[in-house]
Amino acid sequence: MARFIVRRFLSLIPTLFIIITLSFIIIRVAPGGPFSSEKNIPEAIMNNILKKYHMDEPFLQQYLRYMGDVLHGDLGPSYRYVDHDVNFLISHALPVSMLLGTISMLVAVILGILVGIVSSLRQNSWVDYTAMSVAVIGISIPLFVIGPVIMWFFAMRLQWLPTSGWIDSRRGWVTIIMPVITLSFTYFAYIARLSRASILEVLRSDYIRTARAKGLKQSTVVVKHVLKGALLPVVSYLGPAFAGILTGSVVVEQVFLVPGVGRIFIQAALNRDYTLIMGEVIVYSLILVVLNFAVDIIYGFLDPRISYK
Amino acid sequence: MKKIFVALLVSVSLFGAFADASMIINNGAEPQSLDPALIQGVPEQRINTAIFEGLLRYNPKTALGEPGLAESWTVSKDKLTYTFKLRANAVWSDGTPITAQTVVDSWLRSLDPATGSEYAYMMGMVVKGADDYNSGKGKKEDVAIKAVDDHTFQMTLVGPTPYALDMLPHQAFDVVPMHAIAKYGKDWTKPENFVGDGPYIVKEWKPQEQITVVKNPKYWDAKSVLLDSIEFLPIDDNNTGYQKYKNGEIDWVTSSSIPVANIDELKLRKDYQVSPQVATYYYIFNVTKKPVDDVRVRKALSMALNTKELVDKVTKGGELVATSIAPAMPGYTPAKGNAYNEAAAKKLLAQAGYPDGKGFPKLTVIYNTNDTHKKIAEWVQQKWKTVLGIDVELQNIEWKTFLDIRNKHDFVISRAGWVGDYQDPNTFLDMFLKDSGNNNGAYNNPKYDDLVTKAATQSGAERFKTLNQAEEILMTQDEAVAPLYFYVNQDLIDLTKWSGWYANPLGIHSYVGIKKVK
Repeated sequence: MARFIVRRFLSLIPTLFIIITLSFIIIRVAPGGPFSSEKNIPEAIMNNILKKYHMDEPFLQQYLRYMGDVLHGDLGPSYRYVDHDVNFLISHALPVSMLLGTISMLVAVILGILVGIVSSLRQNSWVDYTAMSVAVIGISIPLFVIGPVIMWFFAMRLQWLPTSGWIDSRRGWVTIIMPVITLSFTYFAYIARLSRASILEVLRSDYIRTARAKGLKQSTVVVKHVLKGALLPVVSYLGPAFAGILTGSVVVEQVFLVPGVGRIFIQAALNRDYTLIMGEVIVYSLILVVLNFAVDIIYGFLDPRISYK
Repeated sequence: MKKIFVALLVSVSLFGAFADASMIINNGAEPQSLDPALIQGVPEQRINTAIFEGLLRYNPKTALGEPGLAESWTVSKDKLTYTFKLRANAVWSDGTPITAQTVVDSWLRSLDPATGSEYAYMMGMVVKGADDYNSGKGKKEDVAIKAVDDHTFQMTLVGPTPYALDMLPHQAFDVVPMHAIAKYGKDWTKPENFVGDGPYIVKEWKPQEQITVVKNPKYWDAKSVLLDSIEFLPIDDNNTGYQKYKNGEIDWVTSSSIPVANIDELKLRKDYQVSPQVATYYYIFNVTKKPVDDVRVRKALSMALNTKELVDKVTKGGELVATSIAPAMPGYTPAKGNAYNEAAAKKLLAQAGYPDGKGFPKLTVIYNTNDTHKKIAEWVQQKWKTVLGIDVELQNIEWKTFLDIRNKHDFVISRAGWVGDYQDPNTFLDMFLKDSGNNNGAYNNPKYDDLVTKAATQSGAERFKTLNQAEEILMTQDEAVAPLYFYVNQDLIDLTKWSGWYANPLGIHSYVGIKKVK
């Protein structure tokens, strides 16, 4: 097990290296640069700016300089938000996105599995039909539609919640409600359908029949025997789901003005803020790689057929 | 008992009024920086006017210069040397005095090539020796500014440029706390280190979330600072910003954040404020590319457009029809230009060799991706089709790519907009000088260059006359661009709740005198 973890961990290094290098090149191929603006800057002044950020150096030298800084944990100054370093901007935004993502994920998983269980145990009842119809809506409507609709309903129509913003002393925690609903809805829907289908399949298997034949209670059968087998597909979906939550948070953060990494990612790309884009790419890839890794390990615990050698 | 109750009620309501004297503004974007030397955009400027002040500040009604740090000034006979008398009681928010030397050091810092200030060129345009130092050609010592004594500052200009005075409130001429910069380096703008000389000081800065500024009790005109705090929200989604406004979570939606898609609804609102702006919306012709290298084609394309219809039925925000590049300004009458005239347009196109558009080469009009620009481009496309019988293609391009294409002159016709930095036709006309970095259409007419250069040595009505002659060449004779309309400031702010807020031609507000009345 330990060997597996070390090996997987080491394999992350070339992956990250390739991601960083490719991004570094691709970003610079895009037309326009961080300092191009509508009012054209005189050449002498532009040269001063480029010099200040070492952008007058040859490409390879810039790349080596950047890689050196990254190895020292320094993601460089932001080219757009010049008062801040990328490290500061990301360390400020990442906890926000992590909080939003984690709560949304928990809501999606817990509610999704609960609804899955209820639907499968009451298959073809009105409960099942209602739940699955809601799930279809959740899967088919994109976030950028759900978000504004929810905002209109709760904030404009009912006036229960502020339209947008993030947790602060004035508004408190309520601002997190709509982003979480929006972000978790799609994944809740997938997980509900997935666990329902999976539970139904397991319910018909021989070992469940055996468990029932032994005279076990329905609740014991479900919790001890059905769920363990039925949750495997759900667990393997968690990796992609978390990736989806991350990318989805770009939209949700934009709609609800959540100051997370998704929001700066869009700004960084539009502004050609090279260092900030790179910083975000590194953070996103780290998160994805680590999460996939975590899912692999959880899988091992749930499925005895998989062993880490 | 009743008396006590009333007293209690009054004090509670008073306390309520004080506690609540805060204004929340949709500022449209996260600022690049708070350092006056490093900012360019409007959202940055909107914060800047609250936290810094130069020798002059913007008059809230006219946006022209009025005494700021300098309480008075004198101008030499040759109109080249300005001597400013600084206020004796001017101090930074930490109590450090502001002296004439602070002004000198601040300006030199902005000009220092190592600072990399994009707006330093504005100082270079007017102050003698500034451009040379900034571009590395000259020495720091040769910049013609000096501290005569602690409270007397003097500058010498490159010519009798009368707009220099109205440029002074601009952030390019701000005074910065050199002592704090020396102490904190790059981190001097962080709220915990911040020192300023404006009506407000930075209290909190949460990136992508909000910037809060609070009243600066040490500001020389603190009695006119009537709000306790101002919050700037960087909301880039105009629709979200509008919803927040309608829900009472924002007090002022600024001009660039107006949701233009809702213009019909907005126009019915009493809190929708429209006023003329020193800004022009136009299409640039690249005069080096066929077929618009032919002036007859350029005139035909421009005169085929009934821009009255455009502002009435497409943009609908109260914009003003334009036939010149520079809007009318105090003392200046813009060029006549070539107004809408379908018959003349058709005739010119025929003379150029394309009767009824026959044989007209296929060309593409580019614009930066945006709903308004798209609607306008589609309207233009349709007009050129119906009036002139020519087909053009439209192409929307992402902003930075768009700028890149325009700067490389790699287009035939391109959408453009220009907002004046100060209230003088020069801010528009110097774009079209042969060597101007903003001459995207590669316009080149030595006679025009001569006139604009000559005007810089003149003053008063004579100067305006020369500039008008230049613009007649640029617009009426050469039709270097097709002007569509003059922008308007569009703001959402309820003036029954806020007094001391005035729409002005630059759309710049220093917050001095703004008061919450309800």
